[in-house]
Amino acid sequence: MELIGDYMTRHHKDCDVAFVRAEEKAAAADWTGLQREAGIFLVEIERHIAMEEELLFPAFEDRTGMSGGPTATMRMEHEQMRGMFAQMRAAAEARDAAQYLGASETLLILLQQHNIKEESMMYPMLDQALGEDAAQFLERLQSAAC
Amino acid sequence: MIQAGLRLDQAPPISVPFRFFLSAPPFLVLAAALLLWRGPEALQWRLTPAALALTHLFTLGFMSMVMVGAVMQLLPVLAGAPIPRPLAVAAVVHAALGLGTLSLAAGFVFAAAWLFKAGAALLGAGFTVFLGAVAAGLWRSRVRNTTVRVLRLAFLSLALAATLGVALASRSGWGIALPAAFADLHPAWALLGWTGLLALGVAYQVVPMFQLTPAYPRAMVRYLGAIVFGLLVLCSGASWLGGAWRPAADLCALALAGAYISFGATTIVLQQRRKRRQTDITLAYWRLGMASLIAANALWALRILAPAALPERADVLIGLLALLGFAGSIINGMLYKIMPFLAWFHLQSTGRTAGQAPNMNQILGQAAQRLQFRAHVAALALLVAAVAWPAALAYPAALALGASGVLLEANLIKVLRAFAQARPARSLSRIDAGSTPNELPARRSSPSP
Repeated sequence: MELIGDYMTRHHKDCDVAFVRAEEKAAAADWTGLQREAGIFLVEIERHIAMEEELLFPAFEDRTGMSGGPTATMRMEHEQMRGMFAQMRAAAEARDAAQYLGASETLLILLQQHNIKEESMMYPMLDQALGEDAAQFLERLQSAAC
Repeated sequence: MIQAGLRLDQAPPISVPFRFFLSAPPFLVLAAALLLWRGPEALQWRLTPAALALTHLFTLGFMSMVMVGAVMQLLPVLAGAPIPRPLAVAAVVHAALGLGTLSLAAGFVFAAAWLFKAGAALLGAGFTVFLGAVAAGLWRSRVRNTTVRVLRLAFLSLALAATLGVALASRSGWGIALPAAFADLHPAWALLGWTGLLALGVAYQVVPMFQLTPAYPRAMVRYLGAIVFGLLVLCSGASWLGGAWRPAADLCALALAGAYISFGATTIVLQQRRKRRQTDITLAYWRLGMASLIAANALWALRILAPAALPERADVLIGLLALLGFAGSIINGMLYKIMPFLAWFHLQSTGRTAGQAPNMNQILGQAAQRLQFRAHVAALALLVAAVAWPAALAYPAALALGASGVLLEANLIKVLRAFAQARPARSLSRIDAGSTPNELPARRSSPSP
């Protein structure tokens, strides 16, 4: 049975691919391409965050009673990332490659260290807390993807 | 089980790592100045006083200065191990490390016993406080992953290397008698243990992070650190016993060289297969570092297998490649990521509402990094060549090394200034109290005065 952690980790990697594609367009000054790829990346990453904040974290907080713990840190980092998303969106619209690449460089570190924390600490805790209900949540995640 | 209230993000105030990072390049410049003064003598044999002074200015003043600062920043985040009283610990360790290095180097240069005594005392105190703080943090950590395991081995290695080093300095200061083996064990544990294992632990995390490379092979991540540590222990034991145990020591040494070559080669391959194709200066530094690591270990292996094939001066070459080529390169490359990111992160965390925190590229651009990278490459190339022609090339090499140090410091100061200028006017004590998630100021609707 696939764990939620596995599913979410795979989605991290999908977002990485989208991230790189957008950066390549910016570096090549391909503005139509950039707007398309950046759009795809931002949609995917925001969907990922929504899955966590709207579905997984509340379920974790309910079952463990820990609302000020690890999920609070994850939410705070999501908020920091949203700031970078806005910059990247604006830079793509303004056809400003330097601004886009500077923002994406910064986002990369923030995002990757966030993902490492999620994959090594948050997701295992989630899988443990959800226990037998995990399959149900997985279905809801997968159906939300369509 | 994780208890309620665990915060996964417990980074120290920005002045903790920054003071270490900003103090390191001046030691490069000092090393260059020493090389300019003592010239060829420093490169002829690794144990001349000038060479020893040069080595320690680099290993303690530059390398360890940055490594200690980075550990104080990363350990809380990577290992959930908050360092107790970070500002006090940083102040003590920074002062002790800096002054101790100067004393020790001066001791070598002027052959003055009192300087060795001062160096031994200061460095001993500094490393004790640092390792004590690290141990206290790790004791409380609930994180169990391979990176933390490798880091623990790195810290054990540092403890041993520092103890041996202080003992050796004490020999010069107080004339105590020491087993001959200490002089070889100290650099082995410092370089192959502390430096190498820290590099391994950090690489496992940051190499996939920065260029989106595939992860390191699971077997390597799980076992290489322990294998290296185990080999070091065996090698040390066999060297200590000497005589009939020499071949065993040589075998362990060859295995160690092989271990590090495999790490270097794996890293290069992973970086070749990265998803993120753009080359940046940090990537260039990593490639140079890995190539130097492989070259240094290959030469070392050759030296063991066929000692007659290489002149005595090959030791100097191995040292240059291992220290400036390998450690110096990856430390330099990492600084160009860590410092701008930390500046951005701390600016961004203090809740600016008027405008946004400048991004990393705005804080420190690639052009400035590239110029300094070229100086570093020139310094390495000239120093390597100077091993063969010390009279002709020691001085140009010194100038290149000095230029590299000056340019690096200039770049790091750029980061500091970008941070200082962008930050809203606030009392320093509030900044130094650290910005933590629970203390973020509420977003105001009007810009701050």
